[in-house]
Amino acid sequence: MATQHSRSAARVMMAPAVILLLGWMLVPLVMTLYFSFKQYLPLRGGDLGWVGFDNYVRFVTSSAFWPSIQATLAIVGGVLVITVILGTFLAMLLDQPMWGQGIVRILVIAPFFVMPTVSALVWKNLFMDPVNGLFAHLWKSVGATPIEWLSQASLPSIILIVSWQWLPFATLILLTAIQSLDSEQLEAAEMDGARWPSRFIYIILPHLSRAITVVILIQTIFLLAVFAEIFVTTQGSFGTRTLTYLIFQRVLESQNVGLGSAGGVYAIILANIIALFLMRIVGKNLDA
Amino acid sequence: MGQIQLNQVSKSFGPVEVIPPLDLTIEDGEFVVFVGPSGCGKSTLLRLIAGLEDVSGGHVLIDGRDATEIVPAKRGLAMVFQSYALYPHMSVRKNIAFPLRMAGLDKAEQDKRVTQAAEVLNLTDYLERRPGQLSGGQRQRVAIGRAIVREPAAFLFDEPLSNLDAALRVGMRLEISELHKRLKTTMIYVTHDQVEAMTMADKIVVLQAGVIEQVGSPLELYQRPRNTFVAGFIGSPKMNLIRGAEAAKHDADTIGIRPEHIGISSTEGTWKGTVGVSEHLGSDTFFHVQCNASPEPLTVRATGEMALSYGSEVYLTPRQEHLHRFDAKGLRLE
Ligand SMILES: Nc1ncnc2c1ncn2[C@@H]1O[C@H](COP(=O)(O)OP(=O)(O)O)[C@@H](O)[C@H]1O
Ligand SMILES: [Mg+2]
Repeated sequence: MATQHSRSAARVMMAPAVILLLGWMLVPLVMTLYFSFKQYLPLRGGDLGWVGFDNYVRFVTSSAFWPSIQATLAIVGGVLVITVILGTFLAMLLDQPMWGQGIVRILVIAPFFVMPTVSALVWKNLFMDPVNGLFAHLWKSVGATPIEWLSQASLPSIILIVSWQWLPFATLILLTAIQSLDSEQLEAAEMDGARWPSRFIYIILPHLSRAITVVILIQTIFLLAVFAEIFVTTQGSFGTRTLTYLIFQRVLESQNVGLGSAGGVYAIILANIIALFLMRIVGKNLDA
Repeated sequence: MGQIQLNQVSKSFGPVEVIPPLDLTIEDGEFVVFVGPSGCGKSTLLRLIAGLEDVSGGHVLIDGRDATEIVPAKRGLAMVFQSYALYPHMSVRKNIAFPLRMAGLDKAEQDKRVTQAAEVLNLTDYLERRPGQLSGGQRQRVAIGRAIVREPAAFLFDEPLSNLDAALRVGMRLEISELHKRLKTTMIYVTHDQVEAMTMADKIVVLQAGVIEQVGSPLELYQRPRNTFVAGFIGSPKMNLIRGAEAAKHDADTIGIRPEHIGISSTEGTWKGTVGVSEHLGSDTFFHVQCNASPEPLTVRATGEMALSYGSEVYLTPRQEHLHRFDAKGLRLE
C-alpha cells in the first residue's frame, strides 16, 4: 500500500516539472505547425490567412531545398568521419604514458570551450583569409597561389572548422573508453600472435564500438543544427546553405514566417528519421 | 619440447629491483608451481618468461635457444591470465580459434582443433555463447581452451583459480592436473596458495621478495624446509616455530614442529599447557595450546574424536624425529 501511495504522491510532485517541460516543448512545436499553414509576412501585410499545404510544397520545390539537404548531410557526415577517426587516433596517443600528460590533455580539450562564433571568426580571419591568413602565407612561402578557402573550398572549410570544435568531444569519450580496456586482453592477444593491426581491429575497435556509437549519436544531433559557423563565414553562399540556414533565411531574410515554419517541420521530420536509424544501431550495440 | 632455463634473470621497475638475478631450470614436461606471498614477484617472473616484460638483465632460454629478444607470440608459450582475458565481443568458438586465426590456419583445421579442445574441456554446448553468458568455471575453461589449441611448448598460468569459489577451485585444480597428465606439456603455475602448490606440483619454487627460497618436490619442502620462511609457508596449519630456551636445548636458534607431529595427552608429556580455542574439522581437530615452551600458542593436530574443553590442562610431546632445527640466520641445521 505504501508504495502505491508514494507512487501517486510522486506523480503529483513531479507534475509541475513535467507540465513545464511539456509546455516548453509543445508551445514552440504547436506554433511552428500553426504558422506553417499560414501565409505570414510580418513586413508585407502580416497574417494573410490560411493557405493549407502551400508552404510545404513551396519549400521542397524551391531550387534551394535539395542542395541544402546535401550540404547538411555533407557537413554532418564529413565532421563525423573526421572526428571519429582522428578522435580514435588521438585517444590512443593520449592513453600512452608520456611526459606532461595532464597539460597535453587540457590542450586537446581546449577547443571545446571556444564558442562556435569565436572559433569560426578565428579560423576565417587568422587561417583562411586569402591575403593575411596563415594558410595564405604557407602557400606563398612554397610559391603557390593562396586558396580562397571560404569560396573555392567552402564546404571542406566549414567541415574543417566544425571538426576542430568537435574533435575534443570525440577524443574525450573515446579516451575514457580506451582506458577501460583491460590490458590483459591486449597481452593475451599479443601472446596469441596478433600483431598491432590485428590487435586494433579485433580487440580495440570492438571495445570502442559502443563509445563510437555514442559519439556519432550525440554529435549528429548537434551537427544538424550547425549555424554560427556558417553565419560568420560564408553566410550560406558557395554551397554551404544547410537546411537550418535555409530556414533562417526564409524567416529572417525573406521575412516569410510561414515558409520557414514549413521548413522547420521538415527539419523535425529529418531529425527524427536520423534519430530512429541511430537508435536502432545504438540499441543493437548497447545490447551486445 | 618445453625446457625453460633462466640464467641470472633480473627485473627492476625504475629504481626498484623486484627480482634480483636468479637462476632456475624447468625441465620438459614438468609441472612447476611458483608460490609465495602476494607481491613477491611471481607474476613478474612469469611475465618475464612469457616476454610480456623485458628482462633488466640475464637470459631466458627456451629449449636451449636464447629467447630473451624474441617477441611473446614467437616463444611458443601460452598464458592463462588471472582475469581470463577473454575477448568479450567474440563467441567462445571465436575466442578459442583466435590464436589459430592469427597463425593463418585454414578454416577446416581451425574447426577441427576447436571442436577437439571443446570436447576435452566440456565446452561443446557453449561454443556459440559469449564469455559474458558463462559462469566463472566455464570462462576459466575457455581461457584454457584458447591456450591448448596452440599446442604450445609450455603453459603459463597466473593464479588461474583465484577468482573461483572454493568448491569450483578444488574441481578445476583436479582438471588442470589431469590435463597435465594427458598432455605431458610443461606447465608453470603461479599461486599464493600453498595448498594448490602442494597438490598440483611436481616441483615447487618458493619465492620471497623476488628471491628463490627453495626449489623441490612438495614432499621435500614439507620434510626438509631449507629455512624458517619455507617451514612457515608450506604446510597447513603452519609449522610451530619456537625460539629461546626450548630451542637452545636442541643447540638451535629456532626449532620447528608441525601440528601433526605433536602428541597430546591429558595425563603426561614434555610440555604442560592449557587448551585455548579448538577448531573441529570433523576428520581432525586443531587445538591452540598455550604452554611454557613458547610465548605463542602452539597448534596441535589431533583426531576428530578428541574433545578437550577450553581452559583444560594438557601435556604435549613433540616427536623428536620430526623436529626441525634452524640457526640464527633462519637456515636449516642438519
Ligand atoms: N609495471 C610495474 N611497475 C612498477 N612496479 C611493478 C610493476 N609490476 C609489478 N610491480 C611491483 O613488483 C612487485 C611484484 O609484483 P607481482 O609480480 O605482481 O607480485 P605477485 O604476482 O607475486 O603478487 C610488486 O611490489 C609490484 O608493486
Ligand atoms: Mg600476481
